[in-house]
Amino acid sequence: MTTDLILFLFLAIISVAAALGMLFSRNAVYSALYLIVNFVTVALFYLILGGAFIAVSQVAVYAGAIMVLFLFVIMLLGAEELGQSQTLSWQRPLAIVLGVGLVAEILSVVLTQTGVIASASSLPEGFGSPASIGNTLFLQYLLPFEVTSVLLLVAMIGAIVLTQRNKKDA
Amino acid sequence: MLLSEIATSGPSFFYLAPWLVFFPVIGLLINIIFGGRFGEKLIGSVAATASGLTFVVAVLLAISLRAHPEGTSILLAEWISIGELHLDWAFRVDTLSVTMMMVVGGVGTLIHIYAIGYMHEDVRFKNDPGRYRRFFVFFNLFIAAMMILVSGDNYLMLFVGWEGVGLCSYLLIGFWYDKDLLGRPSHENATAGKKAFITNRVGDFGFLIAGFIMFWAFKSVQFDQVFEHAHHVAEHNPGIILAITLFMLLGVAGKSAQIPLFVWLPDAMAGPTPVSALIHAATMVTAGVYLVARSAPLYSLVPQAQNTVALVGGITALFAATIAVGQYDIKKVLAYSTISQLGFMVAAVGMGAFVAGMFHLITHAFFKALLFLSAGSVILGVERGHHHAAHGHHDHDNHGHDEHHEEEVFDPGDMRNMGGMRKTMPVTFWLYMIGTIALAGIPPFAGFFSKDEILAEANTLNFPVYILLAIAAFFTAFYMGRQIWMVFFGKARHEAAEHAEESPLIMTVPLMILAALSILGGALNFPGVSTLTHWIEHTYETFHLHLHHGEFNPTVAITSTVLGLLAIFLSWLLYGRKPIAEGQVDPLKKMFGPIFVGMENKWWVDELYWAVILNPYIALARFLADTIDWKFWHDWFHNSVIARGFKVIARTLAEPIDLGFIDAIANGLAEGTQMISGSLRRLQTGFVRNYALSVFIGVVVILGYLILK
Amino acid sequence: MLPVSYYIALSAILFSIGALGVLIRRNAIIIFMSVELMLNAANLAFVAFARSYESLSGQVFVFFIMTVAAAEVAVGLALIVAIFRSKHNIDVDQMSSLKG
Repeated sequence: MTTDLILFLFLAIISVAAALGMLFSRNAVYSALYLIVNFVTVALFYLILGGAFIAVSQVAVYAGAIMVLFLFVIMLLGAEELGQSQTLSWQRPLAIVLGVGLVAEILSVVLTQTGVIASASSLPEGFGSPASIGNTLFLQYLLPFEVTSVLLLVAMIGAIVLTQRNKKDA
Repeated sequence: MLLSEIATSGPSFFYLAPWLVFFPVIGLLINIIFGGRFGEKLIGSVAATASGLTFVVAVLLAISLRAHPEGTSILLAEWISIGELHLDWAFRVDTLSVTMMMVVGGVGTLIHIYAIGYMHEDVRFKNDPGRYRRFFVFFNLFIAAMMILVSGDNYLMLFVGWEGVGLCSYLLIGFWYDKDLLGRPSHENATAGKKAFITNRVGDFGFLIAGFIMFWAFKSVQFDQVFEHAHHVAEHNPGIILAITLFMLLGVAGKSAQIPLFVWLPDAMAGPTPVSALIHAATMVTAGVYLVARSAPLYSLVPQAQNTVALVGGITALFAATIAVGQYDIKKVLAYSTISQLGFMVAAVGMGAFVAGMFHLITHAFFKALLFLSAGSVILGVERGHHHAAHGHHDHDNHGHDEHHEEEVFDPGDMRNMGGMRKTMPVTFWLYMIGTIALAGIPPFAGFFSKDEILAEANTLNFPVYILLAIAAFFTAFYMGRQIWMVFFGKARHEAAEHAEESPLIMTVPLMILAALSILGGALNFPGVSTLTHWIEHTYETFHLHLHHGEFNPTVAITSTVLGLLAIFLSWLLYGRKPIAEGQVDPLKKMFGPIFVGMENKWWVDELYWAVILNPYIALARFLADTIDWKFWHDWFHNSVIARGFKVIARTLAEPIDLGFIDAIANGLAEGTQMISGSLRRLQTGFVRNYALSVFIGVVVILGYLILK
Repeated sequence: MLPVSYYIALSAILFSIGALGVLIRRNAIIIFMSVELMLNAANLAFVAFARSYESLSGQVFVFFIMTVAAAEVAVGLALIVAIFRSKHNIDVDQMSSLKG
């Protein structure tokens, strides 16, 4: 129990620290790198929670593909840093207060109602394995799966259309 | 089957009665729709055939009546049904109405035929051949209306016909509405038509009032129902019958040109001569006589009304006869003669001598139509002579055709321009002579018998009227003699009369038929035989009305004949022995001076009406129009009161209420909206992070609310 | 096994940090990354509940969310590139022409 807790706390601290790092880094590249760290810790949580396949996907898709894309765009645009701006200076304190408020609200709910959410100590064999995920995906969620593929296609075409230079401009 | 067989075996042709109206209507529709492509002969033939067919129907109805003398009523359609008023469009076939139908159909057809020839020349002298078709359309319309008048089974249907013939009269008097009597551009003919129409309105007003009282008293205007209850009403309330009959007399005076409403008839001579003959001598103007004869069951109940009618007739007969003596226009003489003769008829039916009145109506239709048509023939003859003379001059002087339009003003109807036409128009002369002798009441012509019957009846029934009529008869013979001497004897006083030409056969043949009827017409009610009396009695028997049987009175007959001959002799002394020369003053004027001037000027009746009625009326109308309507009503009331008041109200509504209150609401709403949106638009910063913050606030607040709930 | 509430609490914290990122940062790309962080927080909650209820549906949902996120990133970054081309800047505060 304690090992689990220690592990959880260790990873949670890293995760939150990485998130805060992402939040406060001036340089967008650092933000992206912090976010990758965060994604990796979250992937470790998935692993702990019995989602092996999801954990791998998380690393591959998020930490790999998506974040690489982010870095690529940052580099491409040269937008690592923005100039100083005094617009909406009042928004930052208000946002922090609200953020703390939101955390407090959720925590108050979660911590006061722990008993309601029970948790089995052991899992059935093969829970979260690629095979079981695949079974659920292709039996129970076949239609959403296919729709997702269409969605990806649309996103791909959309991205191409949006970034395509207008021939007249060129 | 022979007609005699039909008459004895007694088949009924009553069902044909509606065709009396249908035939002329079909005729006029054919001429309206297809007439444009027809020639003049075809148009005239269609119209004359339509008229002739009505005569055939009338004859068939008469034959049917011999077997069923009580007559009948042919229902065509239900007409009006409002409350207590139930009227049918029904044709009354009895001996009285059929007699009228035969006169209208027979004389009408002859005049139609005559008009084919007459109008052919008339439209050419007036330079407008296009109106030929219109004339026959109106003529057929007249026949249809007249048939409705005589065949109606109730007073309202009679009134429809009454107004219909009035309309045709108006249309035909104003036939040359853009010309005067001599063919010059003018409103004179149109004015004459208007005068006839308006004068008749006065009479029609009387007729309508009579009809309203009748409906009020009898709850019906159907002949049988009214006559049936007349006795009953007369016992309780004789004043009602008196009112009805006297108001009806006003209608009679209008339509039959009696005092005081006779003034329109002389002016009505503005219409073409066949119109004068058919409408203003033979048929329409006798409608009043027919109305009184038809209403005999009412009139016989109130002696006061009878006396009034007889007196009106008698006075009119004498009054018009004196005017006729002083006239120079050939048609005007005949017009006053017609008024005078209508006076005879009205006097007769007023006295209760209904058959005598109807008898004179028939014979008068014959000889007065004959006289008018002959006069038309004379006028056309003079016109021909005038054109001939004019063209002759042209040939002589080599002036060409331009001169044609500069002809001197020449009145072909003025007797002072005529003279000696016995030689140039021999056929017309003899026909005219026959008509004159018939009208003058010389035996054995038709006029003698009918006029004598009236005089004989008057002698016994109403002596004062007898005196009036006897003097009128004397004047009748005198002015007709004067006319004959002036027109046909002596020497031509104008070269037009000298060159006058006889009319073609299509005009003279109908005249010959009419002349034959004028000679033989007396046989209809020959004293002692009394065919017409027995015939018409059938109608009155149904109402238990027993006619007074006039006896032939030799004294009266001899007196009137002697008077007539004396009058003709006197006229010979004055006009025949030494014919008046061109431009000479009328010999009577020298003898009687002022009296003749009175006759010449129609006793100034028109002037009197102008002074007493028309001028005050016009002044009143002008006062109402200028002062009351325009100055007071329009200028003052509308402009000052209504317009200004409206402006005041409008200003009150506009400034304090509309601008101050209603606009304030609208503007306030607009300004409020603008203000709120002005402040709200600041929320729309355009910064996406602001919007996200709003969402985030929402999330936190709602979540907090859910937790704390 | 730790109570699921620990993970939910962690998820809440990460979500709030993501939300703060959206509200505070002006860099469009970092705002995007914050959105990804929020999605991840939600995914974590999904997986935690999937573990708790022993239902694979939660994990499948995470799978779908990843796909949607991938699609979103592709389009979103394309948009940023397009905006950058016209404005030569990716400061969201500069893109405020839709203000009232």
